[in-house]
Amino acid sequence: MRKLLEGSQAVAEAVRLCRPQVVAAYPITPQTHIIERLAQHVADGELEAEFINAESEFGAASIVQGAVAAGVRAFTATASQGLLLMTEVLHNIAGMRLPVVMVCANRAVSAPINIFNDHQDSMALRDSGWIQLYAESNQEAADSVIQAYRIAEACELPVMVCMDGFYLTHSFEPVELPTQGAVDEFLPPFHFARTLNPATPMTLGGGSEPDNYQEYRVLQHEAMENSRAVIEAFDADFGTQFGRSWGGLLDGYRLEGAQTVVLGTGSLMGAVRDVVDRLCDQGRAVGALRLRCLRPFPARELVGRLGSAQRIIVLEKALSVGAGGIIAAELRAALQQAGITTPVESVIGGLGGRDLTPDVIEAVVRNAGPDEAGVSCRFAPQVAVHHEAHEEHEE
Amino acid sequence: MDKRDPFRHNVLTSGHRACSGCGEAMAARMVCDLIGPDAIYINATGCLQVFTTHNQQSAWQAPWIHSVFANAAAVASGVEAALRVRGKDTPVVVQAGDGGTFDIGLQCLSGMIERGHDVLFVCYDNEAYMNTGVQRSSSTPHAVHTTTSPPGRLSQGKHHLKKDVISIVAAHYMPYAATATIAYFPDLKAKVEKAMGIKGPRFLQVLSPCPLGWAHDSALTVTVSRLAVETGLFPLIELEHGELTGVMRLAEQKPVEEYLRPQGRFRHLFGNGEGAAELRHLQALADARICRYGLLDAATEWDTQSAMQSMRHGRGGYVPVLQEEMEK
Repeated sequence: MRKLLEGSQAVAEAVRLCRPQVVAAYPITPQTHIIERLAQHVADGELEAEFINAESEFGAASIVQGAVAAGVRAFTATASQGLLLMTEVLHNIAGMRLPVVMVCANRAVSAPINIFNDHQDSMALRDSGWIQLYAESNQEAADSVIQAYRIAEACELPVMVCMDGFYLTHSFEPVELPTQGAVDEFLPPFHFARTLNPATPMTLGGGSEPDNYQEYRVLQHEAMENSRAVIEAFDADFGTQFGRSWGGLLDGYRLEGAQTVVLGTGSLMGAVRDVVDRLCDQGRAVGALRLRCLRPFPARELVGRLGSAQRIIVLEKALSVGAGGIIAAELRAALQQAGITTPVESVIGGLGGRDLTPDVIEAVVRNAGPDEAGVSCRFAPQVAVHHEAHEEHEE
Repeated sequence: MDKRDPFRHNVLTSGHRACSGCGEAMAARMVCDLIGPDAIYINATGCLQVFTTHNQQSAWQAPWIHSVFANAAAVASGVEAALRVRGKDTPVVVQAGDGGTFDIGLQCLSGMIERGHDVLFVCYDNEAYMNTGVQRSSSTPHAVHTTTSPPGRLSQGKHHLKKDVISIVAAHYMPYAATATIAYFPDLKAKVEKAMGIKGPRFLQVLSPCPLGWAHDSALTVTVSRLAVETGLFPLIELEHGELTGVMRLAEQKPVEEYLRPQGRFRHLFGNGEGAAELRHLQALADARICRYGLLDAATEWDTQSAMQSMRHGRGGYVPVLQEEMEK
């Protein structure tokens, strides 16, 4: 059924359709609408689950860890400082190979404190062992949650669905909500082989020493590498069943014959698509590529899609302070390994919720040149703040 | 299929790597065997986790999970919620040291109690961070020598009082909270059994001497834990819904020196004037606890007017108070 839904609501509906039995969360803007909606579903008996108001995000992550280890599907969501507060537990969940699913409503990190969108929060967790999917639209965020549970449970890897705070969480878009029957058909009932059970006692989270610790990481890395095929297969499956899919790992736009390609992730790619159309109309060979999956990093797939481009611009809403663009650095490594010498321009923008408007993106594409030697990245230009918009943000 | 060894249903088996005379190992063995293997155990990071699950080996014959240091109570909340929603009544038990209870784990513990999870939280209190090599915790009694509260020219050991965690826990309108120690097994057994018969959050603080950190002979673990009770420094009490409902009364009060003498962590207090002031203060603390919980029929032999007043006067402020007294 097609409905006009706020992004948070769309995601909450998708979570409900996945039938988690424990939901634990702690409020933080811009994530809060997701868990408020789920709390209401539990209160109304529309979701048969324990809704647990944690005492912190650290507690919320720990509660879903315990719940999954005790044999049920669980859900939590957070953003920004909350995600950083969860960090220790998120690494632990991944190391224990627990199929936990969470949503990160992407938001800038403090200081200075800022509630608006960028990707610095989830990017900081890129090495934690979680699969990370970034959604472009409300529909994709909702669909990705449903896919995430199936991926997590098939691979015994946790999955973080990242959706842009405010741009998606607080925006209304028409969303097609699948029926319960269709979701049940796509997503098998929860099964976890290492469930805590007195009849088959197991020790989870014991110690390891130098002679075997590394093997845990090797196995985790292999599982992550193997999950690429699973993510693609389940997205394709989803397409077969629901009539829409999201490109698996990468989502290309007008890449055929494109000499200049803009690579980015999340909701900003909507504006990038508009700029691509604009520039193509003017006779320029420009295309776009959206990184849907940051972890596992689709290096080979990126090389395949970008190998023939003459100019690559990576536009991203996160900065590795002192190093530059994160996706750009990883792409450079992937291309270098494949013997491709196309320069990669790293452009950082949209930090702390600054709009990356089509005009800004067009300026980035038009004015970019190859990076000067030693310059890791450049920053998207500031645009004049519209008067009304300025007033709106005054407190 | 039940995969447990049918002949040995000890939850914590032998062969683990605890130090000789480890009070926590004794306490955990007692508590877990009383509860049995048909429970799910959640462990905080600490000695118990380290010495029972060394390098892919496990001494646990029950389902057991360890996540991180601070979150045992929150993991237990999730386990309990999952069991509830699955219609199972398997008991859920947290085991943590004093660091995982008094300090880094206190927030998650408070959340677990406030939400009313049906979990028994057992704190094996050895009064310092023993796993990392004896650093002070908020459970360390004042004047104790640890590696981060060393006595020196300007210091007589830890400057701050032992946190009264049982009162903090009880203040949550806690269905059941009790203290116990390994020297009094029938008392410990009765408290575990009582706790297991109650629904909702329950808390046990089990004083567990650490021969390494307390620097006492490893043959004296039980003796030292008994002396902690007999001197009044560690009252054995029960609190239900915040109200005191049980105390183990003392036939007579032993001087704290009997408890302090065998322990190297108090050695610096003997044989100097400033140390004598701290010994007086430790005695006053024992007297204060005896008064507070009514452990003796009469007033304590050493009871002073200043016992309660001297409990906290800023950072290490007990020293000037007692010095004034000494001068009188």
